[in-house]
Amino acid sequence: MNHPLLLKGVRPLGGQPTDLLLRDGVIAATGAAAVAEAPAGTSELDVAGLIALPGLVDLHTHLREPGREDAETVASGTKAAAMGGFTAVHAMANTDPVADTAGVVEQVWRLGREAGWCDVHPVGAVTVGIAGQRLAELGAMADSAAHVRIFSDDGHCVSDAVVMRRALEYVKAFDGVIAQHAQEPRLTEGAQMNEGQLSGRLGLAGWPAVAEEAIVARDVLLAAHVGSRLHVCHVSTAGSVEIIRWAKTKGWDVTAEVTPHHLLLTDELAASYDPLFKVNPPLRSAEDVQALREGLADGAVDAVATDHAPHPVEDKECEWSAAAMGMLGLETALSVVQEAMIDTGLLDWAGVADRMSTRPAAIGRLRGQGRPLSAGEPANLVLVDADARRTVRPLGLASLSRNTPFADRELPGRVVATFLRGRPTVLDGQAVEPGTARPAPVGSLR
Amino acid sequence: MIRHLLSAADLDHTEALRVLDTAAELLALADRPIKKLPTLRGRTVVNLFFEDSTRTRISFEAAAKRLSADVITFSAKGSSVSKGESLKDTALTLQALGADAVIVRHQSSGAPHRLAASGWVDGSVVNAGDGTHEHPTQALLDAFTLRRHLAGGVGDLDGRRITIVGDVLHSRVARSNALLLATLGAEVTLVAPPTLLPVGIDSWPVSTSYDLDGALAKSDAVMMLRVQRERGAAGGFFPSAREYSRRYGIDSRRMALLPDHAIVMHPGPMNRGVEITAEVADHERSVIVEQVSNGVAVRMAVLYLLLSGSAGEQDA
Ligand SMILES: [Zn+2]
Repeated sequence: MNHPLLLKGVRPLGGQPTDLLLRDGVIAATGAAAVAEAPAGTSELDVAGLIALPGLVDLHTHLREPGREDAETVASGTKAAAMGGFTAVHAMANTDPVADTAGVVEQVWRLGREAGWCDVHPVGAVTVGIAGQRLAELGAMADSAAHVRIFSDDGHCVSDAVVMRRALEYVKAFDGVIAQHAQEPRLTEGAQMNEGQLSGRLGLAGWPAVAEEAIVARDVLLAAHVGSRLHVCHVSTAGSVEIIRWAKTKGWDVTAEVTPHHLLLTDELAASYDPLFKVNPPLRSAEDVQALREGLADGAVDAVATDHAPHPVEDKECEWSAAAMGMLGLETALSVVQEAMIDTGLLDWAGVADRMSTRPAAIGRLRGQGRPLSAGEPANLVLVDADARRTVRPLGLASLSRNTPFADRELPGRVVATFLRGRPTVLDGQAVEPGTARPAPVGSLR
Repeated sequence: MIRHLLSAADLDHTEALRVLDTAAELLALADRPIKKLPTLRGRTVVNLFFEDSTRTRISFEAAAKRLSADVITFSAKGSSVSKGESLKDTALTLQALGADAVIVRHQSSGAPHRLAASGWVDGSVVNAGDGTHEHPTQALLDAFTLRRHLAGGVGDLDGRRITIVGDVLHSRVARSNALLLATLGAEVTLVAPPTLLPVGIDSWPVSTSYDLDGALAKSDAVMMLRVQRERGAAGGFFPSAREYSRRYGIDSRRMALLPDHAIVMHPGPMNRGVEITAEVADHERSVIVEQVSNGVAVRMAVLYLLLSGSAGEQDA
């Protein structure tokens, strides 16, 4: 077990400074009690001024293993997650082979445990081979060691209304949720970027907002009709936010996520024809960005999820239409949210903790994640230096891939330390290899 | 002069006129017995064609050769390009050959931008048609042709009314012409079925109409765009080629709606019987053949202006 560790002067959720005692994987005590109860030999770490948040939980991570280990592995992706302040990620099912059986989800889950950087919760495919035709063995995945609760064909939309209805119904038996990649396939054949003024001028086939909104509207109605749970992946349009907000006023069990990149970047970036900015759903207009921020602020959108999508260099270093869609996200997510939500006054740090940890953990039905920073809770937390600024360097990322849209961009905030059940996975901004025997940290991280 | 020609929007009014004026001088020279000029001797121009277009390729080749440049043509067919060699690797090969200018035709919108912005090649990049994006030298030759017929061969196209008809959505010719003709002061009207006008067209410097008959009477020139039959029944953009030609094709009846001085243009290759009838195509006021010969002069002007400027810099 790890040494007991006393974090001195930390500001939980950005509030008043206090001390936290981490012992035996939990937050053993806070405030004066933390000092009083610290046993002999406790290491003390001066972290005055750093903000503590519950460890971040990502609902949408492409770890690429099995199948595309040239882009990312479970080990490299979860290391990137730890560097970004995450203590749990949901690994998307569109691997090769697809995570559509108990065998594959258990393999991914086990790889996550072995790597030790953060908890890995596999997402199960909704349909066999994410082909959209036949339900995968959802129950077997739910009952497996991986305990799957989120099911998604992400990368593809469950576009057939009957298949979607049956999936929503079926997962009620084990409190599952269908996470929909909302994209009407016929309206987006060959689509390359947001459909608007710019797509017309650039001569790139448009991905219209209505292709997302039509599916979101249909699915909230289906979820209501069968009394099940729907989660909408990466909402990207103002219209989707409105539909989801409306569904919530009806009391329907609908949740949604937004990606960091959709909170900060707009489709204007496509004018460079640089495929680093090619992503699905595409970057949208400034009005959409504003609506997404407001939706996240008022809770219509529940969570930030990265849609971390690693791609090897050759899949981006080409002409736009030949390039792969997707962006890295894990190591920049918190900084982007700080810029888009904190620096604009739309959320405080407690709000960020809610949208990046508490609510995503609740959606995934995770027990030991997204908990308050109080005595007796698991010691999953991240320490953030909100006053730092840093320039994103693709070569400095822990991910195996380099496709960050924030390359050479200056962003606020820095993850100083991440703790997974009391064990540091990141200290002083450096990854701490799991399982390495090393002295307990002492000194200052200010 | 600009370093690359990727979009018609790269040319401001002054630069566009400089290209047209230079083309006019070069065209005059072409009437002399010796057609070759020594201007680009020792320079290498590469034609990089990822997509078949014999007309455009031959036009650029002729232009470069008449300026005495060394011309290398790299076609997708029968080369490594079609076997999945990346744009980057092809570009690096060209760089090794010492290309001073790379003329790119590509099925993917923005591919010439990628070449120009990537640092993979040092030479000037000329867009010879990219996907459904742009074809700026086609617009220049169209403007050149329009100027000869509507403006006495000098100055710009101030107030001239140009109607462009057809598949604007998929047309790089329409995009480049809308931008360049507006720069030159023309009043451009795009006529198409609503399914073939892109979303956001209200932000273009043009007006639009769904009614060809109404637009023709107010046109100094009408430019018919090629429409692929497969956009119809199979593509779902219009019900049939027959209905398309009835509503948006030009025939003798519609020709009669044009003012007497108006000319008919087509960037080629034509679908006779779809967007244009044979009678109109071969009419004395059709300037379609002249467009082709003007194309060589305009492309000579573009290469001359892009490369002679950079040669001066290198010598200095
Ligand atoms: Zn997706």
